[in-house]
Amino acid sequence: MSKIWLIIQREYLTRVRKKSFIIMTLLTPILLAAFMVLPAWLVSMSDETETVMVLDESGLFADKLENKKDLTYIPLQGSLEQAKFVYQETDNTALLYIPKITVDNPEGITIYSKKNTSYQTQVRLENALEKEIENQRFMASGLDRETLERIEADISLATINLSDQGEKDNNVWVTSGAGIAGAFIIYFFIFLYGVQIMRGIIEEKTNRIVEVMISSVKPFQLMMGKIIGIAAVGLTQFLLWVILSTVVVTGVQSAFGVEAAPTPAQQLAAGRAAATGEDEETGEATKDSEGAEVVASAINAFNNLNLPLIIGCFLFYFLGGYLLYGSLFGAIGAAVDNETDTQQFMFPITIPLIISFIMSYSLVLKNPDGPVSFWMSIIPFTSPIVMMVRIPFGVPAWELLLSMALLIAGFVFTTWIAARIYRVGILMYGKKVNYKELSKWLFYRV
Amino acid sequence: MIILKIEDVTKTYANHTALDHVSFEIPAGCIFGLLGPNGAGKTSLIRIITQITGADSGEIYFKGERLKPDHIKDIGYLPEERGLYKKMKVGEQLLYLAQLKGLSKSEAKARIKAWIDRFEIRDWIDKNIEDLSKGMQQKVQFIATVLHEPSLIILDEPFSGFDPINANLIKDEILRLRDNGATIIFSTHRMESVEELCDNIALINRSRKVLDGPVQEIKDAYKTDTYQIIGNGQLMITSPDFQVLEQHDNHGTFRADVKLLNNTTPNDLLRYLIQRVEVHSFIELVPSINDIFIRKVKETHHV
Repeated sequence: MSKIWLIIQREYLTRVRKKSFIIMTLLTPILLAAFMVLPAWLVSMSDETETVMVLDESGLFADKLENKKDLTYIPLQGSLEQAKFVYQETDNTALLYIPKITVDNPEGITIYSKKNTSYQTQVRLENALEKEIENQRFMASGLDRETLERIEADISLATINLSDQGEKDNNVWVTSGAGIAGAFIIYFFIFLYGVQIMRGIIEEKTNRIVEVMISSVKPFQLMMGKIIGIAAVGLTQFLLWVILSTVVVTGVQSAFGVEAAPTPAQQLAAGRAAATGEDEETGEATKDSEGAEVVASAINAFNNLNLPLIIGCFLFYFLGGYLLYGSLFGAIGAAVDNETDTQQFMFPITIPLIISFIMSYSLVLKNPDGPVSFWMSIIPFTSPIVMMVRIPFGVPAWELLLSMALLIAGFVFTTWIAARIYRVGILMYGKKVNYKELSKWLFYRV
Repeated sequence: MIILKIEDVTKTYANHTALDHVSFEIPAGCIFGLLGPNGAGKTSLIRIITQITGADSGEIYFKGERLKPDHIKDIGYLPEERGLYKKMKVGEQLLYLAQLKGLSKSEAKARIKAWIDRFEIRDWIDKNIEDLSKGMQQKVQFIATVLHEPSLIILDEPFSGFDPINANLIKDEILRLRDNGATIIFSTHRMESVEELCDNIALINRSRKVLDGPVQEIKDAYKTDTYQIIGNGQLMITSPDFQVLEQHDNHGTFRADVKLLNNTTPNDLLRYLIQRVEVHSFIELVPSINDIFIRKVKETHHV
């Protein structure tokens, strides 16, 4: 037992001290933070007041263009040439020229500016003009805007879970988000660290250290030490990412005073608010209040998730899935001489992983309690990913227990297979193996 | 005392027999040559002794006990294919391997210090293995093999990859270890390279043991009472007690291989020669292990 512990320590320490590990661990949260904070920061940077001079020859817009907090109109008189001259003397953003137009034919309105006008400014001006022209057209046809707003409908559904614990505020976006996030992290880590096991074993084989090692320790100890050591590296990296991301994001937020989107719930809420496509001018007030409502409901739903269960299951499926696939990756490493030979064996291992991830997105999310979702969350090779997606929606206890028991049985089985292939494979050089050969190894006496 | 007793060991792989009822004993405190051509089964036997694999049948006794996992820490093994973790520092690597053999950390550190001083490699301690030359790596690997002071040291083709200077250094270390009470097994197909070092040998050919015992006894058993004489004069041997196998004359000097017959002694031959020619050199023609091996293999094939 102390030997396996020494092996775990070595595998862990050599990896954690690697430059690539340190860089990846530090850089990822910084990139993540930059990704979340930068857009918000950039928007806030361009939040300067714009001043637009208006030369209105039609008289349609006299006193109709309201000043906003960051957009000021200055009416001008006289000819276009004079107006241009006046504008040239100022620092104002643009000169809006409205020729003699009618409500029915509003053509020929022009923006003059020293620099290129930003798209945002152009849209705001267009919106303002459109709204005023629409107003005037309403008046001409006997309707007013208030009547119209009363006719427009705007519906958003509140979803409530009726379960034994009573009614719970539920938000399908938050639930799916939590599930997919967990599933993706498991998928990602199985690949990233499974391949590391494989590489480590190939390295030991090509370095020919393996014979020295197994004259001191049992092949099984060497293999398990490596698998467990790398699992510890994965967990360390994951924990550091969580901690560092939190620190960096809160740090940046307080430093810049920027309202970033620190929780996925808020991000989703923002996305949803944007998706409703409010007209900026007319709906500014309503959007604010509705956005707040969405955020509140998302946070509420987030708080209503059974977080201890989700985190507990996440750790279980994370480790279970990793051990199941990790030992198979290890067996591949033992069976081949170099990384180019791994292709034919990698394929059948990656297929269930990729399928379960694709299915999670497409099918399981839509119907988390359907037969496909059920079976895929029970079978050990797909359950680590699929079950993570289902858990936030609520899974009956017996299904969860069955899936966990099968996953444990599954990795005991794959570890057994891997150990059998490993003990033969690590001393086998220069032989191209195929599946038939591998299956023979399972029953060799060594 | 017998340190290792191999009793009727057989090992079969999928389609060939690697060891076929092999038995012999290795006395403690000797240098033992495990000799045979490539593919004879030497490495298979070593892997069974080091418990990397198990025998299909037969037993191995280490210090009188049936071989068990606990014996691993009393055996040091230098495989033919050398290898270390390339990205690990020399010091850490030695520490790790010593700890895997059951040494405590402080004990291991003290011994590493002693060895790096003996080999004058203090500067390497913080270098990665991959930054060392091949010869340096071999030295580190040798230290790793003997660091836990095993009573049985198994060296598979120990001198391959060493330059003559380092090969001598290793040779001296091996003799020193033997004098300190360790038993050393040399496994090699280059029989002449270890002949002078070995006290005992076992010859293996085609998965069978063909011969084993103390080198001197084997040589005595296979000596042919033949002597090579070089000298001046006209050599004409007419005595029925001596048979000339081969003779070359060249401008008054000669070289002749002469076999003693009828229980005569080398002194009888010398006395006979001194009266007739001027003797410059008189050497017994001892068969090399290589010759004995070839003879033995031929014999067993004829049987």
